[in-house]
Amino acid sequence: MQETTEDASALRGSSLNGSSLNSQVPDGPMADKWENHKFNIKLVNPSNKRKFKVLIVGTGLAGASAAASLAELGYEVEAFTFHDTPRRAHSIAAQGGINAAKNYPNDGDSVHRLFYDTVKGGDFRSREANVHRLAQVSVDIIDQMTAQGVPFAREYGGLLANRSFGGAQVSRTFYARGQTGQQLLLGAYQQMMRQVGLGKVKLHTRMEMLDLVTKDGEACGIVCRNLVTGEVTSHSGHAVVLATGGYGNVFYLSTNAMACNVTAAWRAHRKGAFFANPCYTQIHPTCIPASDEFQSKLTLMSESLRNDGRIWVPRNPDETRAAADISERDRYYYLEEKYPSFGNLVPRDVASRNAKTVVDKGLGVGPLKNGVYLDFADAIKRDGKATIEAKYGNLFQMYERITGEDPYARPMRIYPATHYTMGGLWVDYNLMTTVPGLYACGEANFSDHGANRLGASALMQGLADGYFVLPYTIGDSLAPKLGTEPVPTSDPVFQSSEQGVRDRISRLMSIGGTKSPDYFHRELGKLVWNYIGMERTEAGLEKAITEIQALNEEFWRDLRVLGDTDTINSSIENAGRVADFFELAELMARDALDRAESCGGHFRVESQTEDGEALRDDEDFSHVSAWEWQGEDTIQVKHAEELAFEEVPLSQRSYK
Amino acid sequence: MSNTLNLTLQIWRQEATDAPGSFQSYTVRDVPDDASFLEMLDTLNETLIDGGSVPIEFPHDCREGICGTCGVMVNGRAHGQEKGTAVCQLHMRKFNDGDTIIIEPWRATAFPVLRDLVVDRSALDDIVAAGGFVSVPTGNAPDANEIPIPKDVAESAMDAASCIGCGACVAACPNSAAQLFTAAKLWHLNSLPQGQPERYRRSEAMVDTMEQFFGSCTNHGECYEACPKEISLDFIAYMNRDYVKSKLVNRKLASQR
Ligand SMILES: Cc1cc2nc3c(=O)[nH]c(=O)nc-3n(C[C@H](O)[C@H](O)[C@H](O)COP(=O)(O)OP(=O)(O)OC[C@H]3O[C@@H](n4cnc5c(N)ncnc54)[C@H](O)[C@@H]3O)c2cc1C
Ligand code: SF4
Ligand code: FES
Repeated sequence: MQETTEDASALRGSSLNGSSLNSQVPDGPMADKWENHKFNIKLVNPSNKRKFKVLIVGTGLAGASAAASLAELGYEVEAFTFHDTPRRAHSIAAQGGINAAKNYPNDGDSVHRLFYDTVKGGDFRSREANVHRLAQVSVDIIDQMTAQGVPFAREYGGLLANRSFGGAQVSRTFYARGQTGQQLLLGAYQQMMRQVGLGKVKLHTRMEMLDLVTKDGEACGIVCRNLVTGEVTSHSGHAVVLATGGYGNVFYLSTNAMACNVTAAWRAHRKGAFFANPCYTQIHPTCIPASDEFQSKLTLMSESLRNDGRIWVPRNPDETRAAADISERDRYYYLEEKYPSFGNLVPRDVASRNAKTVVDKGLGVGPLKNGVYLDFADAIKRDGKATIEAKYGNLFQMYERITGEDPYARPMRIYPATHYTMGGLWVDYNLMTTVPGLYACGEANFSDHGANRLGASALMQGLADGYFVLPYTIGDSLAPKLGTEPVPTSDPVFQSSEQGVRDRISRLMSIGGTKSPDYFHRELGKLVWNYIGMERTEAGLEKAITEIQALNEEFWRDLRVLGDTDTINSSIENAGRVADFFELAELMARDALDRAESCGGHFRVESQTEDGEALRDDEDFSHVSAWEWQGEDTIQVKHAEELAFEEVPLSQRSYK
Repeated sequence: MSNTLNLTLQIWRQEATDAPGSFQSYTVRDVPDDASFLEMLDTLNETLIDGGSVPIEFPHDCREGICGTCGVMVNGRAHGQEKGTAVCQLHMRKFNDGDTIIIEPWRATAFPVLRDLVVDRSALDDIVAAGGFVSVPTGNAPDANEIPIPKDVAESAMDAASCIGCGACVAACPNSAAQLFTAAKLWHLNSLPQGQPERYRRSEAMVDTMEQFFGSCTNHGECYEACPKEISLDFIAYMNRDYVKSKLVNRKLASQR
């Protein structure tokens, strides 16, 4: 149901006068939609493909797989990344694994079950047809990656190994030690580099997209800055694909790599691409807590640790004893007590919020009292140190390196941290944004995970989009353009966009204030974490908007960027990214304010069950909120895409 | 509770590839020993900015030892003194109060300095583009379990595939050779059944490309000492074997066309 009343919109501080959105989901039974769609959409004939140029921004899993596949099909591809090589994309850091409905372990998995689990896990805020397609193509991903030489873990018989991940009831997760993202990215990267070697993909490294260029409402190219020379250049194509990752770094401290940012998606948003569900962010429960103000990022400890570790805090806030000396009676195993059937394996959002609750009560552990214990003492007693070491040796070593503490001898300290963003550019079933000719893939789009992503499903989605969806669907918008040349970069639309980029850089350079981009990023991150983090309240969100605006105003008044623009200058790179984070953060707050329900990772304190669990409001909020840019000083307009649940009946999640 | 350190840093500053560079001296005070090496540099940069000086450019991204972006010489050792550790995972508790630390970029002809501690390692990508792949276009793959792979073979491929492409092996090598990097990629693919059809084509192409950019290996083993992923020197022996064989096999294959 779409919000229409003036009062409701005034109350929630947003303008809800947008139209509803058409997702282009094909007709027919769920299981046949994708096959039918592939038959019905327009195709580009093989000999004509080379007449089309596609620009792909981002060369992580989604971008590299798309670039390789499109080039193999014959399209002319140019790929852009701000990294020094595509192999550094943040996908490299994924640890745990990738899901697929292969049912190799014969434990009852199927396309339908993966589809069902993903819709339910997303707390009924995703588009059924997309999720079903994702589950369908998941099996092809494993075949493709294995053929490329990805060294997935194997059993002694030589067949692929699987494990259960994040509390899933079947073992459908494929993995390569604790480095699954690395191995998958290297696979996609190699496949793309082959096309680079063949001259079919033109690769631009250390190039940051700073604007999307549109002509007559359609995407026709991008403007980039060369991060080594500072040169600002235009690039034109028949279609533009953004595979630029997520925006978790709006929190400053997150498990994302330092360079992850929202700029590409945000610049496209300002050119007409709707931004969907920005308030859906995922806070991962098992990360190493911050140690001081200088901390630059947080490190994820794989979720698999919860299979053997027990989570607890001392019952007494004034506890001073070392963990091992605290008797059972004085320990609060809060997840095991509250959720007897799932215990330590409750979903991410539930585990995270409960950690926050106990730490807020003053029960936290560690020098800053900002963590909870993840204790392996019982597991070591039960299985022996050698077994635990074989399973988690790498992770224990990483923990020790960072904290200087030996997790075999004393419990790990963990705390939730921002990890993934479900929100992103709105796309239809073809992965096209609201700007014709502009596509979004991977974490950069909003699709498939609803309000909460299941573990091991992001790698799956990125590769599904890049390998098996976009290569088909992009033809639909290209085919009618046969015989047209890309808009020349001498066109005024490119010239004015380039000028805009240069002007913005000059403006940032010339403020001449006193504080670094990092300072503002850190301060912004605190606001976002405190008000738009694990728990959100109406009052807090309203405060967030005011405070973000005030800090943003200070940013444009007191920023200091030193150095030159015609050389590597990470301060100027960061300044532009932080400026975009400010605008995004405000929209996150508005979206969170508008969504007066709790769902998945979005917990509104006003909307909870008697037991303090998230309470959805399907009557009013069973929709995607997609926001349209209105200019710098105007509040964005919300458009709704109604969600219907035909295959997976609506139900309230329960983990008791 | 953490202790703090006061340190003197000698850091290489260079404005551009063709500009002359030199060491500059900086002092940093009260660095918590819980901080990582890169966080220590962050703090220095904040101080520089406060004082109106242009901050130092250094390469970094994931700060988890997996992306391969970071890499500097710390007191003459690539990634610093801790074995099997990328510099982003090196922590200040490994240093002592009052230490002087010398920080330089990777030094190799194939890795020109772009600015300060940042170098251009794109020659490593060229080696991969020459043959570091299995040619399997999207959609052509058989079922993943069609070809069983002995667990030990998969594990050995994974050992090789763990390389993060940081280039420390090149920086540590007296000849600036890229053998360890190239061998790791070659063994990853050459050891797997999927890599067999292109095995000798790949070996020849990658090694020949490597030799265009990098020096020759004279078996010093410094690469292994510096490698944050402890990639085994054995892979270099396997590479040499496959390379020699490739010259023969490739000629033979060509004559059969
Ligand atoms: C620590 C960690 C562990 C994870 N573990 C798992 C896991 O076990 N399983 C799972 O399924 N998922 C996991 N995830 C999530 C998953 O890794 C990501 O969601 C996914 O890899 C994103 O892939 P992507 O291709 O969309 O984006 P990315 O890999 O982030 O790539 C983004 C690309 O865009 C480029 N780019 C961005 N902006 C610009 C610009 N303006 N101009 C030019 N280039 C630009 C970058 O250079 C990069 O090439 C994990 C995430 C984290 C943080
Ligand atoms: S072999 Fe080791 S040192 Fe060389 S690039 Fe790979 S990880 Fe770095
Ligand atoms: S910053 Fe990624 S490996 Fe060090």
